[in-house]
Amino acid sequence: MHESAMTLESLRPAIAEISLGLAICVVLMADVFAGASRKYVTPLLTLVALAACAWLTVTVGAVQDRTVLFDGLYVADRLSVFLKLAGFLSVGLALFYSQPYLERRGIQGGEYQVLALTALLGICVLASANSLLTVYLGIELLSLSLYALVAFDRDSGVAAEAAIKYFVLGAIASGTLLYGMSMLYGLTGTLNLDKLATVSAAHGAGFVIAVTFIVVAVAFKFGAVPFHMWVPDVYSGAPVSVALLVSTAPKIASFALVARLLVYGLGADPALWVQILTVLAVLSLLAGNFIAIAQTSIRRMLAYSAIANVGFILLGFITADPSGYRAALAYTLVYVLTTLGSFGVVLLAARSDGEAEELDDFKGLGTRDPLLAVLMMALMFSTAGVPPFAGFWAKLWIIQSLLHTQHVWLAALAVLASVVGAYYYLRVIWFMYFDAGREQTLIVRQPLTRGALTLNVLAVAGLGVMPNVLLALCTSLMG
Amino acid sequence: MLVTVLFYTFATILVAAGVGVITSRNPVHAALSLVLCFLTSAVLWMLIEAEFLAIVLVLVYVGAVMVLFLFVVMMLDINVEELKRGFTRYAWLGWLVTGIVIAEIVGVIVQRRLGLDVTRGAAPLPPGYSNATELGTALFTRYAYAVELAAMLLLVAIIAAISLTLRRRRGLKLQDISAQVAVRAGDRVRIVKMKSEPRP
Repeated sequence: MHESAMTLESLRPAIAEISLGLAICVVLMADVFAGASRKYVTPLLTLVALAACAWLTVTVGAVQDRTVLFDGLYVADRLSVFLKLAGFLSVGLALFYSQPYLERRGIQGGEYQVLALTALLGICVLASANSLLTVYLGIELLSLSLYALVAFDRDSGVAAEAAIKYFVLGAIASGTLLYGMSMLYGLTGTLNLDKLATVSAAHGAGFVIAVTFIVVAVAFKFGAVPFHMWVPDVYSGAPVSVALLVSTAPKIASFALVARLLVYGLGADPALWVQILTVLAVLSLLAGNFIAIAQTSIRRMLAYSAIANVGFILLGFITADPSGYRAALAYTLVYVLTTLGSFGVVLLAARSDGEAEELDDFKGLGTRDPLLAVLMMALMFSTAGVPPFAGFWAKLWIIQSLLHTQHVWLAALAVLASVVGAYYYLRVIWFMYFDAGREQTLIVRQPLTRGALTLNVLAVAGLGVMPNVLLALCTSLMG
Repeated sequence: MLVTVLFYTFATILVAAGVGVITSRNPVHAALSLVLCFLTSAVLWMLIEAEFLAIVLVLVYVGAVMVLFLFVVMMLDINVEELKRGFTRYAWLGWLVTGIVIAEIVGVIVQRRLGLDVTRGAAPLPPGYSNATELGTALFTRYAYAVELAAMLLLVAIIAAISLTLRRRRGLKLQDISAQVAVRAGDRVRIVKMKSEPRP
């Protein structure tokens, strides 16, 4: 494959990665030389850099057609540009929400922001991956940054435990992925996803084994049952701000991973991976929803809720149909937006004697902090799938596409799982409004963070009122 | 002919060193045998004209990894007898794995269905062919993006390692070099003017 020489002009579609790479170096250096003011300079500079990168991606990096760069390693299309922008937004919001928490807990050091940016770079790389090599590098860039972030609060024993579990399981997943990739390379002689997409029609037993290994790794990264063991530990062990980061933007990366690797690269014969994904999705829906009922910690509950939601996203891919893919994209976006909000509330709902760890800490939030309680109620309604919030439409589109492709029993299971899930989401609302809390005073006042959180929830509600905007967007991106 | 003689000479040394790694009782001897293993396999790679890989093997594995290994072995006081207890209990597993691995190797060599004949060896390369040039060209043109990403990955590793391990504990006694250099006599010595006492 010979292409025209690399020029500055030809690198335009890759501006997101290039500018983000530069931004990482700038933030890292600024943090070193800012001296005593680094406490304020680094977080602010990070947000400015994120905004600048997003702006450059829109103005310089926007592409209309599929553009392949770097000798087939990199692809830029409208989906990749959009996923990157979603990544910029969610990491930016996550960092913005976390700032008061980080100051309160004394978790300071510019490395936090830098590692969040490198994780974002990994997401961007995955969104534009067009080769097994770039897929792997993107995953590692994302995962390594997240491992370090989980362990960032070094005085916390549970955080260290969660980080070790995450690291070991993640390393196994990376090994599985590499194993599958090396088998694919041995069988087809190519790393390029364009070429894989054409050869994968003819396959034997070796091909099936290779794809199985790859799907297992994908399930690990997504946190689908039975590869979900790290999810509750990381969500509850890591600092809340890191749990917020881990639960949002990487889901966009996981979506990109499935879209690029399975749907596009191995898409000639979707039957190869649909069966495995079906098992994973059914187990995730059942285990996630039922185990979440038994949780007493809000973060563990959100973790099992994440597992159940991953089951829903996988259901969209099972249809092996554009309508399912676009429903999966819409579900991922709505899920990320809603989770940003709900973890944002957890960050702000601290008590005078500590963080809001247990579900009991939300008792009486309705009187203690009316705004936060209303926001949490909207978010819980959305996640439970109550109209008119965006979560309802996301679930509806998935079920519609399942019915459209004759997966009736899966659709029935999805509805059943949603009903079970509604119980523990609504329980949070019950606690907030109908149970008396121990404490009646407002603890954390963060007008800016509260304002952003309110906008976030308004977006969730707004997308619920005007679902056609989201559907049209996803349709134009996924075809 | 000469190549064949060289190959068998170094292959024999390699196998002998490999046996040495697993049989020697002293961990330092085992580590040094491993160094010999790496060196001889580097020579074998040289024979199939993979000179870049051969040199990298010597530089990275012998020069860095094994030195680190030896450091650890020498610094940790490993009680070998303690480690060896219960060793024979799992010997059957070891033999089983060995059997499977040997069967697999024989299977690959005997069966040529895979489309690559491992017994033939690599085709000789034209004179003037440089491994390092070819690798360098590939890495910095076709794979430039992947190389940059790998560099980023290393940067992440550095940042993560430093941020997780570098810590200032309270009460830790450290030298502040710049303060030491900038010190002046006046900071350390206080000259006290005193009235002389009258002689009794």
